[in-house]
Amino acid sequence: MKVLVAVKRVIDYNVKVRVKSDNTDVDLANVKMALNPFCEIAVEEAVRLKEAGVATEVVVVSVGPKACQEQIRTALALGADRGIQIDTEAMPESLSVAKLLAKVVEQEQPGLVILGKQSIDSDNNQTGQMLAALTGMSQGTFASRVQVIDGSLNVTREVDGGLQTLALKLPAVITTDLRLNEPRYAKLPDIMKAKKKPLDVKTPADLGVELRDHTKLLKVETPPVRQAGIKVASVDELVEKLKSEAKVI
Amino acid sequence: MAILVIAEHDNSTLKGATLNTLAAATQIGGDIHLLVAGSGCRAVAEQGAAAAGVSKVLCVDAELYRHQLAEDLALLVAECGRDYSHILAPATTNGKNLMPRVAALLDVAQLSDIIAVESADTFRRPIYAGNAIATVQSLDPIKVITVRGTGFDPVAAGGGSAEIVTLSAVPAAGLSSFVSEQVAESERPELTAARVVVSGGRGLGNGENFALLEKLADKLGAAVGASRAAVDAGFVPNDMQVGQTGKIVAPELYIAVGISGAIQHLAGMKDSKVIVAINKDEEAPIFQVADYGLVADLFSAVPELEQKL
Repeated sequence: MKVLVAVKRVIDYNVKVRVKSDNTDVDLANVKMALNPFCEIAVEEAVRLKEAGVATEVVVVSVGPKACQEQIRTALALGADRGIQIDTEAMPESLSVAKLLAKVVEQEQPGLVILGKQSIDSDNNQTGQMLAALTGMSQGTFASRVQVIDGSLNVTREVDGGLQTLALKLPAVITTDLRLNEPRYAKLPDIMKAKKKPLDVKTPADLGVELRDHTKLLKVETPPVRQAGIKVASVDELVEKLKSEAKVI
Repeated sequence: MAILVIAEHDNSTLKGATLNTLAAATQIGGDIHLLVAGSGCRAVAEQGAAAAGVSKVLCVDAELYRHQLAEDLALLVAECGRDYSHILAPATTNGKNLMPRVAALLDVAQLSDIIAVESADTFRRPIYAGNAIATVQSLDPIKVITVRGTGFDPVAAGGGSAEIVTLSAVPAAGLSSFVSEQVAESERPELTAARVVVSGGRGLGNGENFALLEKLADKLGAAVGASRAAVDAGFVPNDMQVGQTGKIVAPELYIAVGISGAIQHLAGMKDSKVIVAINKDEEAPIFQVADYGLVADLFSAVPELEQKL
């Protein structure tokens, strides 16, 4: 079974985000970028499926400008076999990304597609579900456990209040939650090897997809900052403040 | 202009998040219809009919919708939703699972986690873990939206008397089936609906020590939450996680115990009315957002607090 993993280049999760002074967007100039953490979990899961003999090939795809080849190489160093970059401007909308990925699915015919549940920049949590809809596939979102049993897929999902397990028909789309696995670190020899692995570049036109804007970003602002309050010296003072000042107990 | 709101429920009770979503719909303005799809869900339809602002309840009672499987439900919502200007659902795990699939079937974008309505086509939503707020305009004829509950005060649960219309199920997708679920049994209120939340972080040291917080929570009638660090360390299950990658809460009182205050955690609780932080590290960033900070060892402070309440 071939596994397709879609990954995104995002701001490194350790970097403090700053809004541009003209409020048009977040300032990403000269900021450290990285593989989206949930996408890293997706790559790890695909590589583990290959190590377990379930997957035969792991193909990693990313939609974005040339710079996202860096994140594709990271995924290749973690164990993916080959990469595809779909060359676009930065940050296309989720629906556009899903349409491009749907074409890649049509060409590659994977048995399983794994994505992160959301990217830590736009925080949309949409692409996997949209891809599943466009390709008519089943979806196992927010997965914390994935088991392939006799051509069927059992996915345990993190839902409000607990866990839910679904049986999905293959091919399927999975989106990863935090506890699915703990991604490995790429070793130096693997990073060197990844440089020689094949990486194709395609354009939306090659895939026959015409992208159109569905939304317009009008403004980006810094949220109101909460002011620090006071330090209390003892539990007694805390109880007193909560009762008489804050009046919440 | 008519708005379709997707009810969140467990086939017997309408979940509170639906009332917050109805509040967002009321701000957009227009006729509001509530879709209740489930199995044996007539009681939910009746609760929905009583909710303020609802003019009609569309009830689809079929075994197919018992577990709210996205593949089947999306086909139904896309079919019912074609004639509406907006389709709204709570930004719960159900809503997040369902709505992008609906949007793609309708060939429109989806707006996630809105926290404010600027106009019928323009909304505010957090991005970058709440470190920036985007104002986004939809250019689509149908706006498919998930609503963050903490952004909107709930509408009244009673007083309304909308008509209930029964609709038939659409054909099954035949792609997925329910196997099992493990629901955490608890007498405590749900995290997102609780008036008081007590959360623990890595400072608790292990899962057993969360018993300290549970005692305090029971005294306060509070829900118990956790930081991502505590979840990652395996102390507690992920459904307790408060933060950008977990649940977003805004209770009247939030007590953060042994939580350093990573940005990703703050994104999940900074809209709480009153924040209390108990941490032995006086440099912990949590104190920068806390109304009341207590620099103390949690293992003595928490039992003392529990006793003195």
